[in-house]
Amino acid sequence: MKVAILGVGTTKFGENWDKNLRQLAIEAGTKAIMDAGIRGRDLNAIYVGNMSAGRFVGQEHVAAMVSGELGLSIPASRIEGACASGGLALRQGLFSILSGQHDIVLVGGAEKMTDLMTDGVTSSLMGAGDQEWEAYYGVTFPSLYAMIARRHMFEFGTTREQMAKVAVKNHHNGSLNPIAQFRKEITIKQVLDSPMVADPLTLFDCSPITDGAATLILCKEELAKKYTDNPVYIIGSGQASDTLALHDRRSLTTLDATVKASKEAYRQAGITVKDIDLAEVHDCFTIGEIIATEDLGFCKKGEGGKLLDEGATEIGGRIPVNTSGGLKAVGHPVGATGVKQAVEIVLQLRGQADKRQLKDAKIGLTHNVGGSGATAVVHIFSR
Amino acid sequence: MIGIVGYGGYIPRFRIKVEEIASVWGSNAKSIKNGLMVEEKSVPSIDEDTATISVEAALNALKMAQINPQKIGAIYIGSESHPYAVKPTSTIVGEAIGVGSEFTAADTEFACKAGTAGIQMVMGLIKGGYIEYGLAIGSDTAQSKPGDALEYTAAAGGAAFIAGKKNVLAEIEGTFSCSTDTPDFWRRENVEFPRHGGRFTGIPAYFKHIISATKGLMDKLDLKQSDFDYIVFHMPNGKFPLRAAKMLDFDSEKLIPGFVVKSIGNTYSSSSLLGLVATLDIAKPGQRILLTSYGSGAGSDSFSIKVTDLIEEKRKRIKKIQDYIDDKEYVTYAKYTRLRRGI
Repeated sequence: MKVAILGVGTTKFGENWDKNLRQLAIEAGTKAIMDAGIRGRDLNAIYVGNMSAGRFVGQEHVAAMVSGELGLSIPASRIEGACASGGLALRQGLFSILSGQHDIVLVGGAEKMTDLMTDGVTSSLMGAGDQEWEAYYGVTFPSLYAMIARRHMFEFGTTREQMAKVAVKNHHNGSLNPIAQFRKEITIKQVLDSPMVADPLTLFDCSPITDGAATLILCKEELAKKYTDNPVYIIGSGQASDTLALHDRRSLTTLDATVKASKEAYRQAGITVKDIDLAEVHDCFTIGEIIATEDLGFCKKGEGGKLLDEGATEIGGRIPVNTSGGLKAVGHPVGATGVKQAVEIVLQLRGQADKRQLKDAKIGLTHNVGGSGATAVVHIFSR
Repeated sequence: MIGIVGYGGYIPRFRIKVEEIASVWGSNAKSIKNGLMVEEKSVPSIDEDTATISVEAALNALKMAQINPQKIGAIYIGSESHPYAVKPTSTIVGEAIGVGSEFTAADTEFACKAGTAGIQMVMGLIKGGYIEYGLAIGSDTAQSKPGDALEYTAAAGGAAFIAGKKNVLAEIEGTFSCSTDTPDFWRRENVEFPRHGGRFTGIPAYFKHIISATKGLMDKLDLKQSDFDYIVFHMPNGKFPLRAAKMLDFDSEKLIPGFVVKSIGNTYSSSSLLGLVATLDIAKPGQRILLTSYGSGAGSDSFSIKVTDLIEEKRKRIKKIQDYIDDKEYVTYAKYTRLRRGI
């Protein structure tokens, strides 16, 4: 399987107080259409990743809003899988081309989160957890990931400093990324001294509340050269599910859905983990990145902290992770994140990542998680 | 030219430290103090409210102005903690300070800028020839929900200004305002505590309005940063005015004399006005002060104020605001709760 990416576009991620969901989606969409060198009328379908516009801004029916705003009457569908909505939208766009139904499709992800106050956002996000068995008892996502972090510390001796290193690295990368919400370098001490959110996670362990949108234009392999000399291809896609509630899982420190999705993606791409040159992983909390690097096979289970100590995941390291700045520094507009991860990989593989550009990157991976791991989706990209 | 004939401030004696509040909620006092740049805040006593605080401030202003109070033709009191929902604070104060009955009065509300709005209103009446002197007061006993971030800063205080044309200690060279519908902070009728939009209170609210009004004033009066010796911005915390000064290319040292927030917190309608009082307490004749208030909801009033020779003699007549700041007694959270909530 192989599907080409013709164009990418993103808004600035952050507190976009002066832009609504519609404006964000259209800004990213038109940027991607222009980047692809196509016309709007060349599109055959639209797939929009969006988690909770109904609760965040009271707007459902988001895909039709996007197609209408673009002046198109083509099929438009919204895909929802909590924070993995963007990754799932990409997968649906991919399938629509592989099935032969469409030639060129737009895959977007958008979320407008700052219209609500923090408590409203927190309870909306908890819609990604189990309402009856988690939310009802007062659990929120920071506390779920705090439990995961505690268990990881207990089982493998992972330290607070190692978690802080994720934030420090991703803030550094974010400082090089013009769309990032946070563009300041931070220190381990700042992370450890920041206000406690859910022990052991402090404020700087957590990704922020963000407005933003990202878009990709996908195209049938045979047509790609007509539009671009520099296509990036999607060569593997895997998705898996797990129980909604964290306490029903086999393990607290392995996201089985990630392991399963990545195996399928590697198989489709015909590669092994050693072939991966860079990855954008789901660091909604710093512990999330540590576990992702283990579950994707970048290191052995329990050695995610060591990987950070070695500097292996930094730009220039053995396996750079979250060169964009990740969810931590770029921000996490939940429905847009999965698409933004793919945008970063495309920029890196095209050689357009400016100050954060890696040398000779050929194969990249994105890893997008919904909830505390009930959905995971992995894509593999190559030049 | 219209100017300030007399001014006066008042700050309740009680203080509560950030450490004391943080210890109740299990929060890190050091990081809160670093974040807000506030050490402690003023707390009104059980028998103090916006009316009594206004009276104290107005009596100081009268003492400085040395005018017959009956010549005051208008009183406007800006507050978001008027004791009555219906019944004016301004008449209570007028009666208490001996203004008589021939004056116009009203209470104003515009979050933390209702006091500066009052100054503009009396300026208009004086300029129109309707009154000789006008009294504008900003005064508050600010409310905050226990446990809310506001609890570390919501404080009490008041500042009064008598404006007129004769014997002014400072000329008001001009004023400029900026107002928009921006829901960053509000309290609905019959609700005990205000709510706020968290980080939304920053860039799109405080900074947007402070910067627009200040720039508008400087354009209107053709003044540049170096023309001002001191600047005073509304002080919801210590960080915001410092950042606003930086964004406007002002030397932040010009904020120092009026930087009362560190030791008394955010006194809401009187916050920027107490900053002005503190600055007038040390300013020299000929110096120019920039004052820009901010009220949530949202708007800013900016003023250019030039000190005259009369200031030296007039300000000797009353206590300096620093004396009120230094005269303090610390209370525990338990006593604070009794004073504020009547347990």
